[in-house]
Amino acid sequence: MKKIGAEILINCLKEQGVDTVFGYPGGTVLDIYDALYRDGNIRHVITSHEQGAAHAADGYARSTGKVGVCIATSGPGATNLVTGIATAFMDSIPLVAITGNVGIQMLGRDSFQEIDITCITMPITKHNFIVKDVNELADVVREAFLIANSGRKGPVLIDILKNVQIAEADYEEAIPVKKARKPVAKEAVESAAEAIAKSTRPLIMVGGGTVASEAAEEVRLLAEKLNAPVACTLMGLGAFPASHPLFLGMMGMHGTATAAKACMESDCIIAVGTRFSDRVALNRDRFAKDKTVVQIDIDDSEINKNVPVTHSVLGDVKESLKTLLPLLADAKSHAFADKVSAWKKEEAKKAKMPELGHKIIMEAARLAPKEHVVCTDVGQHQMWTAQYFPFEKPRTLCTSGGLGTMGYGFGASIGAAIGTGKHVVFITGDGSFNMNLNELSTAVTNKLPITILLMNNHALGMVRQWQKIFYGRRFSQTNVQKQTDYVKFAESFGAVGLKIEKEEDIVPVLTKAFSIQEPVLVDCRISEDENVLPMIKPGQTYDTIMTEWEE
Amino acid sequence: MNHYTISALVSNKSGVLTRVSALFARRGYNIDSLSVCATEDEAYSRMTIVLNGDDYILGQMMKQMDKLIDVKKIQYVKDDAVFRELLLIKVKTDSTTRSEIHELSQIFRANIVDVSNEATILELTGKPIKLDGFVNMLRPYGILELARTGVTAISRGTACIKDLADYKELI
Repeated sequence: MKKIGAEILINCLKEQGVDTVFGYPGGTVLDIYDALYRDGNIRHVITSHEQGAAHAADGYARSTGKVGVCIATSGPGATNLVTGIATAFMDSIPLVAITGNVGIQMLGRDSFQEIDITCITMPITKHNFIVKDVNELADVVREAFLIANSGRKGPVLIDILKNVQIAEADYEEAIPVKKARKPVAKEAVESAAEAIAKSTRPLIMVGGGTVASEAAEEVRLLAEKLNAPVACTLMGLGAFPASHPLFLGMMGMHGTATAAKACMESDCIIAVGTRFSDRVALNRDRFAKDKTVVQIDIDDSEINKNVPVTHSVLGDVKESLKTLLPLLADAKSHAFADKVSAWKKEEAKKAKMPELGHKIIMEAARLAPKEHVVCTDVGQHQMWTAQYFPFEKPRTLCTSGGLGTMGYGFGASIGAAIGTGKHVVFITGDGSFNMNLNELSTAVTNKLPITILLMNNHALGMVRQWQKIFYGRRFSQTNVQKQTDYVKFAESFGAVGLKIEKEEDIVPVLTKAFSIQEPVLVDCRISEDENVLPMIKPGQTYDTIMTEWEE
Repeated sequence: MNHYTISALVSNKSGVLTRVSALFARRGYNIDSLSVCATEDEAYSRMTIVLNGDDYILGQMMKQMDKLIDVKKIQYVKDDAVFRELLLIKVKTDSTTRSEIHELSQIFRANIVDVSNEATILELTGKPIKLDGFVNMLRPYGILELARTGVTAISRGTACIKDLADYKELI
């Protein structure tokens, strides 16, 4: 059947099961928007800014496990997607970003709103395409989805010239190709199993690859079989239930003291879908020195990249664990797990009275509607969320790990709310919130159940914390002291604005906020001197963990 | 620091060289030479890269390259493979030196491809080390300019790079 390029694109999106896209119209995507309008089957959510659209597609993907899709026009529309694409790239989130570009007659002449977005996004996409021939369009779109959602997942960009969108070509519907999970090398798994069997103090380290591979169940089976304590990286949170007795919390720069100690004392680290980032391994040469390290990862380049390992299994995490589990015997000894469990109790006992910001997050976890997704921005509030919010299931936390994108959370909340239909608890700080607060209008327009907990300390808390430790309290540009009245701000956008100023406010205000199925902004007035602890300084070893504040 | 040679079959499309060279630049790999050429299959080009680094960098570079969608096959080229490079060199010549240069070209089995009153252009194919030797011998006469293609390599026997497994199909 003959169709124009724009119609072929819409049909190919439908082939892939896309029902929602996030975007912003403009000159070179007018034909795509016209085709969307005429087709009428795909929900399009217009954001305030293309960055919000990219983050929304990312939040949609993280919370649902499906590929997120965003659309932007050429030039500034396309460049505004860049931070969102890079965020998805660093955290291996499947995204298809579609941009228009000027027609072939105008290409390469510095035309109005012309930019070489394929070149710009080359280092931040898994792959990208520029489509100059309408006959290639359908296959490019299909391949883009396949690339984004297979292997180590990631964003793919398709730049479609304007003339391609109106040119006609034959279109035939195709069934999407699904890549099956490939079996893993048996010898590698056997060797890993032998090494694990020899260990007496194994620790399981769970990363984002576990979520991507939907392998939470297999990780739980592994932990219970080995009686091995489990620590999650930021990206792995939710892949192992926080309420499980073997769970130690997060590990890394702001991880728990128990996770740090267990890591040091262990004789074997089983790293599942994690890349030993510098925020987790910190000192890559000494992190796992003299230990057995079994790394399971789908990306060969991650094996031995940051931390040298003794054993590795290349492949899908779920498939690898399924192969590994039958080769392992049930653990006979409980000694290490018991020891670690005692440390955990000790750490809980030693914990100081939480400060206002921490308490709000703990209470939010208790009071939030049962089925919810948490989204965060980046900074102190993000680490408190990772530390205090008990994540029980995968895909219940959307946070920017690798890129650390302040301003990520609002777009992600919109995507997660639309993708899952669940209540979203969006925890942010006044620094991050100000970066993309324009998206409140998107949330209001779409009547999305997003409760915004704005940890307002009138400062850039995390940077300020570093200035306290490393820069002699010289608070260069971090005591922001914005005079914004966030309650009025929320109301002016058509949202509900509430305020928490003291401890007694927490329960009534949160209860009210969570009862409203529309955007609510809670201005949480917290002290600028609340810190994130524990902390291990960059490049340091786990034994230097700081659990008390020291400057 | 060692020198390693890597062969890769890549899609014969525009932009592929940019993807590969941008990868080297952002990961900080040092490249001695990179040559791209057509192959027996018009869908693919062949890249031969000489890397300056250590075993860690070699491993990382091959794995990172292998992740690029347009890189189809990649192989470390062992020392016993056939390595060749082409040199074109323009040497200052006058009536007193012409016969010496001619003699040198015979020793190295180089071809004289252009002769003028004041310059001679010579062509030589061989292993890079042989080309180095030839250039050194010609240096005293005055090298006006030279161009080298960078090394290209192919393994011995019936084994071919195209028969390797594609990493992206394995996972």
